[in-house]
Amino acid sequence: MNYEAVIGLEVHVQIKTRSKMFTRAATGYGEPANTLTDPVVLALPGTLPVMNKEAIDQIIKAGLLLGCEIAPVCKWDRKNYFYPDSPKNYQISQYDQPICRGGAVEIELPGPARNVMGEHQTIALTRIHLEEDVGKLNHGEGVSLVDFNRAGTPLMEIVSEPVIRTADEAFAYLTALKTVMMYGAISDCDMEKGQLRCDANISIRPEGSSGLGTKVELKNLNSFSFVRDGIAHEIRRQVAVAQSGGTIVQETRDYDGQTGESRSLRSKEMAHDYRYFPDPDLMPVEVGEEWKARLRSACPELPFDRQRRLQRDYGVPYTITSVLVPDRELGDFFEEAARLCGKAQAAGNWIANDLLRELGASKAALADSKVRPAHVAALVRLVDSGAILSNAAKEVFAEMFRTGEAPEAVVARTGLGAQSDPGELERWCREAIAANPKSAADFKAGKESAINAFKGPVMRAAKGKADPKRVDETLRRLLAG
Amino acid sequence: MPGPDLKLDHVASLARIALTADEKARFASQLGEVLSYIAQLNEVDVSGVEPTAHAFPVVNVWAADVPQPGLSVEDALRNAPQVRDNMFVVPRVVE
Amino acid sequence: MTRPWTEAVPADTRQLSIGELSARMEAGSLSAVELMQELVARTKAVEGRVRAFNSFDEADALAQARASDERRAGARRLGRGAVRPLEGIPVGIKDVISVAGQPLTASSRMLENFVSPYDATVTERLKDAGAVCWGRLNLDEFAMGSSTENSAFGATSNPWDLERVPGGSSGGSAAAVAAGEAVAALGSDTGGSIRQPAALCSVVGLKPTYGRVSRYGLIAFASSLDQIGPFARSVRDAAVLLGAIAGHDPRDSTSVRLEVPDYARGVDELAKSGRKWRLGIPKEYFGEGLDPEVGAAVEEAIGEYRRMGCEVREVSLPHTKYAIATYYIIATAECSSNLARFDGVRYGHRSREATDALDIYFKSRAEGFGQEVKRRIILGTYVLSSGYYDAYYLRAQKVRTLIRGDFLQAYREVDAIVTPTSPTPAFRKGEKAADPLAMYLNDIYTIGVNLAGLPGMSVPCGFTKAGLPVGLQIIGQPFKETELLAIGAAYEERTQWHGRVPPL
Repeated sequence: MNYEAVIGLEVHVQIKTRSKMFTRAATGYGEPANTLTDPVVLALPGTLPVMNKEAIDQIIKAGLLLGCEIAPVCKWDRKNYFYPDSPKNYQISQYDQPICRGGAVEIELPGPARNVMGEHQTIALTRIHLEEDVGKLNHGEGVSLVDFNRAGTPLMEIVSEPVIRTADEAFAYLTALKTVMMYGAISDCDMEKGQLRCDANISIRPEGSSGLGTKVELKNLNSFSFVRDGIAHEIRRQVAVAQSGGTIVQETRDYDGQTGESRSLRSKEMAHDYRYFPDPDLMPVEVGEEWKARLRSACPELPFDRQRRLQRDYGVPYTITSVLVPDRELGDFFEEAARLCGKAQAAGNWIANDLLRELGASKAALADSKVRPAHVAALVRLVDSGAILSNAAKEVFAEMFRTGEAPEAVVARTGLGAQSDPGELERWCREAIAANPKSAADFKAGKESAINAFKGPVMRAAKGKADPKRVDETLRRLLAG
Repeated sequence: MPGPDLKLDHVASLARIALTADEKARFASQLGEVLSYIAQLNEVDVSGVEPTAHAFPVVNVWAADVPQPGLSVEDALRNAPQVRDNMFVVPRVVE
Repeated sequence: MTRPWTEAVPADTRQLSIGELSARMEAGSLSAVELMQELVARTKAVEGRVRAFNSFDEADALAQARASDERRAGARRLGRGAVRPLEGIPVGIKDVISVAGQPLTASSRMLENFVSPYDATVTERLKDAGAVCWGRLNLDEFAMGSSTENSAFGATSNPWDLERVPGGSSGGSAAAVAAGEAVAALGSDTGGSIRQPAALCSVVGLKPTYGRVSRYGLIAFASSLDQIGPFARSVRDAAVLLGAIAGHDPRDSTSVRLEVPDYARGVDELAKSGRKWRLGIPKEYFGEGLDPEVGAAVEEAIGEYRRMGCEVREVSLPHTKYAIATYYIIATAECSSNLARFDGVRYGHRSREATDALDIYFKSRAEGFGQEVKRRIILGTYVLSSGYYDAYYLRAQKVRTLIRGDFLQAYREVDAIVTPTSPTPAFRKGEKAADPLAMYLNDIYTIGVNLAGLPGMSVPCGFTKAGLPVGLQIIGQPFKETELLAIGAAYEERTQWHGRVPPL
């Protein structure tokens, strides 16, 4: 029997705010233990929560970007459970009135080749709600040490419908979600820093059936590839169990990306009963049309929409847009350069190839780059006008990247400009023809390719600075004469 | 409303309180009595009545996202029963 | 400069109001240090019998008093009077309200060694008003109880009869003011915890409208019901204290953005205006269970209002009989969650027996909490547990709507509602300790006010033949504390109950 998987993802995304969800202690990563606390974070007796407006703005923005319905009114609930990383032993969350419902994430599956666009699908969302993060447990010998720096960081829980079918789809979903979050400046989604965390609910069923199998929750998937590998592994495991006549047990499993193995987490000694009830310390949130409109106007174009627009309006190929678009700043950089020079494809090539290569080599971020869109635009114009040749232009670019000079200045300083004295060019061409009468005769007899025999000597004479197009023109004129 | 079918062991376990046998016996009878008393709320016709969560509800009570100074590590850990490396120590948590 | 209090203060200051004490300090005939010294001496003399305090920090209080005297002297050098409304006035604070650098125990083993690193908003405001924060006052553990017998550190006695309870949960606050150990005090009121002990100890106790005073720094019992308020020797003193602590607080999302009127001046203006109040007497509050002597004293007080020319009429609060059941669902549900943070991980009692992470919870909480606290946490956990939420908590919130509606309906006809504060005078220690339900029923007249979020005040209105105080409860309209205080002050002016001090 063939099986298909039914996968739902619960993705936790930290919202990028300066202070915590329900108090104004600073947020941060990598700070010394317990330096980002205040009485509220530590749940000292007598403390009370106060909402962070920015976090609510950001989750609404996320909802708008993903096409969710924004609840006109939502409230806060307490999720009661004891755990040493949870300072209050309840988490402020949203139970039956999430701020966002519905919506979808557009994903792109892997194409047949790297440079060919893959199939697009949409993954429906169930809901997005806002809650607070917990602290971090560091396990030592016989003890666990608790650091509450992370506790209280605003956290969105994005729940997909169980409509994901493969590990590749899950990977594509996370990639697309991360891109949208970064476009909205909602989160940096750095999994290493715990800014994005993913749990997967996986079951299998006979292909074509519509029932739901027993669900296994896969936890601790702490990189995008571990999510893909972990899900693929779990699907294989469940299919193997089913095919050998076994029963899939409802459980939580931990996937170890290093070993590629999963293990059952000892089922908690106590059944969960979260005893949700409305948090009496907080007032509801009411989202009016005006507020929504204001946030909507702050929403950027979605990445895939942008990619389609760049391909359609600028004629930039997929190979370039698939590099430029996922990074919003890079896309902005490109659009600015393209606008300044009017040659989108050339600008795109410079950015996607040379700029990214130089940034990669120097381990620099785009924001630190001395090359700005105006540099790229100027360089494109110089090449286009023939003032420099494309191989020299590569050197100009590298120099520009190093110094931040305008390309014209680099050319002037280094002499990388194209040879442009027509008298000299003509002299080199005459000498080359004179030196090779056989090829001249062949060409005149109609052997088109014979002209190439003169180009090497001309270029050598020009020390590579001659414009091949003009060399070709000059040779043809002289040979015809 | 259900009758007073309080499963004391289960509820005390949710509440993370170890009860002595003596306490269990006493609480079972005392809370049974309280729950019987509470059961009189069944008499009230609450159809169409909105629940009151706050006596004077308002909406959108929040603060701007501006960090304020918090506790020093010393103050944060001052009342901790056990500390190591500026962290709170608990017996090892097994997942 | 400082003299022994016996010489410094020839007359006992126990019967002086904040206004009178301030006048003496302003005139230079009394210093804040002298007043504080007198209270320290008085406290040391009576604490063995009253036990109103969990702890007090004499050196700290005297340092605060000295700072106050310096501020006053500084103002005087500039030719000004003291501008702070409570300059130099020692105010006791219930040991459930945070004071930076001081213990915060909630009268619980759980917090026996806890020292708070921060000030509650009310504490900050008292300090800003010039008050001397004086001592940590006893209470029923985590404010759960009506007798202050549920304190892990020993029960407080009623200064009027040391064999009896002072009421609760703010019994220490009421007893300290009654016994002259503090000029005034702060307490908290979730179901009557200010008004009932005020009545039982013959002092004024005011629970403001929910949201009027910030709860930041008050250890939460039931968040939707808790409110901090003053205990005082007179209604006008309570007005001054309320003015100092009230007002919006950005750290408490449930505190309201409303201007704080000048309560003391408002009370004076209303007194001058000779306004004839319309008072409602809820028939449901005068039935079975009301002690005849208490009933008689309250009837007499109502007669006094009639004699003032007030219009007194019967009103009905038909859902009163459901108030206690509603309260014990909402309050215990909220407390079960609010008290989850007491786990021995970050602070508080940690069991020495705990060997694994789960153990820390079970054993620390078993050892750290007293019987009543455990009982309520368990009840609250039960009513919120899976499958019971709608039947208990949601239904209780709906009945709460009806109870609140009863009051708002009555306020269409009357300015305030007048009732007994407690059905009985102070009972003997141990009398109700074994019967939680009987103890709960004692709060029948005060609980509805919390459920409806209204302001309520208890003023002394007489004594039983055995010499036990009786309190009159006046229930005001939302955020109309000025009117509520004025109604109380009008009664107080015509009677002398508030001037009496217990024979200690």
